Amino acid sequence: MCGIVGIYYKNKKLQGNLGASLAAMLVEMSDRGPDSAGVAVYRDPVDSGHLKVSLFSASEYDWESLKSELESQSGQDIEYARHATHALFTVPNNGFDAVAWILATHPELRLMSAGSSIEIYKEKGLPQEFVRQFDLQQFSGSHALGHTRMATESAVTTEHSHPFSTGLDLCLVHNGSLSNHNRLRQSLRNCGVDIRTDNDSEVAAGYLMWRLREGDTLEQALERALLDLDGFYTLAIGTKNGFAVLRDPIACKPAIMAETDDWVAMASEFRAIAQLEGVEHANVWEPAPATVYAWGGQ
Amino acid sequence: MTTFDLDNDSLRDLNGRLHGDPPAKVKVTNAGGRHSVAVGVDADIEISIDGHVGYYCAGMNKQATIRVNGNAGPGVAENMMSGVVDVSGNASQYAGASAHGGTLIIRGDASSRCGISMKGIDIVVAGDVGHLSAFMAQTGHLVICGNAGDHLGDSLYEAIIFVRGEVGELGADCIEKEMRPEHYARLESLLGAAGLDFDPKEFKRYGSARKLYHFNIDHADAY
Repeated sequence: MCGIVGIYYKNKKLQGNLGASLAAMLVEMSDRGPDSAGVAVYRDPVDSGHLKVSLFSASEYDWESLKSELESQSGQDIEYARHATHALFTVPNNGFDAVAWILATHPELRLMSAGSSIEIYKEKGLPQEFVRQFDLQQFSGSHALGHTRMATESAVTTEHSHPFSTGLDLCLVHNGSLSNHNRLRQSLRNCGVDIRTDNDSEVAAGYLMWRLREGDTLEQALERALLDLDGFYTLAIGTKNGFAVLRDPIACKPAIMAETDDWVAMASEFRAIAQLEGVEHANVWEPAPATVYAWGGQ
Repeated sequence: MTTFDLDNDSLRDLNGRLHGDPPAKVKVTNAGGRHSVAVGVDADIEISIDGHVGYYCAGMNKQATIRVNGNAGPGVAENMMSGVVDVSGNASQYAGASAHGGTLIIRGDASSRCGISMKGIDIVVAGDVGHLSAFMAQTGHLVICGNAGDHLGDSLYEAIIFVRGEVGELGADCIEKEMRPEHYARLESLLGAAGLDFDPKEFKRYGSARKLYHFNIDHADAY
């Protein structure tokens, strides 16, 4: 059991509420996932010459010295902001491949996300503690996904927590369990997809990354996932401009969606959506099995 | 009328009161998707719930009439014994699962596995039902005024299914059967009890072909 939440603002004036709404939804899903929590927030897009990179260090880290190294490598000023155990770096994206350089020279760091607007933060512990540590209520943004984890398939670590990045500005959260993840992980690694943990959900993320790299649209990749992913899943996929939802054909894992003139939300249970302003006027429905739902485009 | 506002009153207080010596009429407000609202009631009382409810609302109900003015989460009226549960909106998966008696009315759509393993309940759904509804259903009636998803009535025993709309694909051993006068009469009474104005003549009846749950001597060599 895990909890999934997602919110997408149709009314841009409400973007300042994102953090408070996301925090309330996440905490409401604590019973479904008390061991870790994580979010992917989409906000403050950078120009095409830059990338936002979210990095995690398991131990105390000298981010200042990473900044200096990146500045000397790129020859440009680098900005970063600390968020508890994570740091969000804004790096150049023209000529110098900062992400590849960080991964090659700093194996002690874990890349959580990269893109023009995505920021992934995740950590072990109760959702309430995560919200406090990362000061989530202060976040604003266009849309976000969140996840509360009750581990069933693999260890409780920050690296095993959700969301998992699936490529630039893309991420995935999962409630369920995949039964063919070992074989699929091997096949994906053979195709050059970098999968770092033994977590089943990371395989689903890697699978989408591979399909998108092969030229599928997100919708095509999700349609194909219905054929290749074996097991139970409700997936929410964050995209640069919105999010998508997919349930397996058996659809044991719960999901509920709601839409008003101002926002679209999804969650594992209605009580998470009940936290949102204007919910009493929302159209509420359960997404059908094996059907791709998407808002906002890619 | 006694009112419980679940934004202020605890769910435990509500259910504790309902399990003790409950008032004849109870109103629950701000259900907020909470789980197990009004479960295990065993009294001839009326309960009205405003807002959407989470898992297992009205589970194990005996005698009570419970109205949900909103949507219901998974397992509404699961294992109901008697009484009435009436949901104004949609119901999530396995509504009325394993229920032995009483009437469950869903005025919107029901999702997958509606009436799974039902054992005597009457379920009336004004809208559609999802896949695998009435799976292994044993007795009782499932009335579907809209369409049914795939695998309707898979491995069915003796429950009777009435469908007004289309059926995606019938489950194993579920077949269409003739509507006889007693079926029209039964259906009319079920629709009437739910206050639904559909013409019984628009419905088809589905039941068990009885090939799956009887031992077939011709297959003895296979064991």
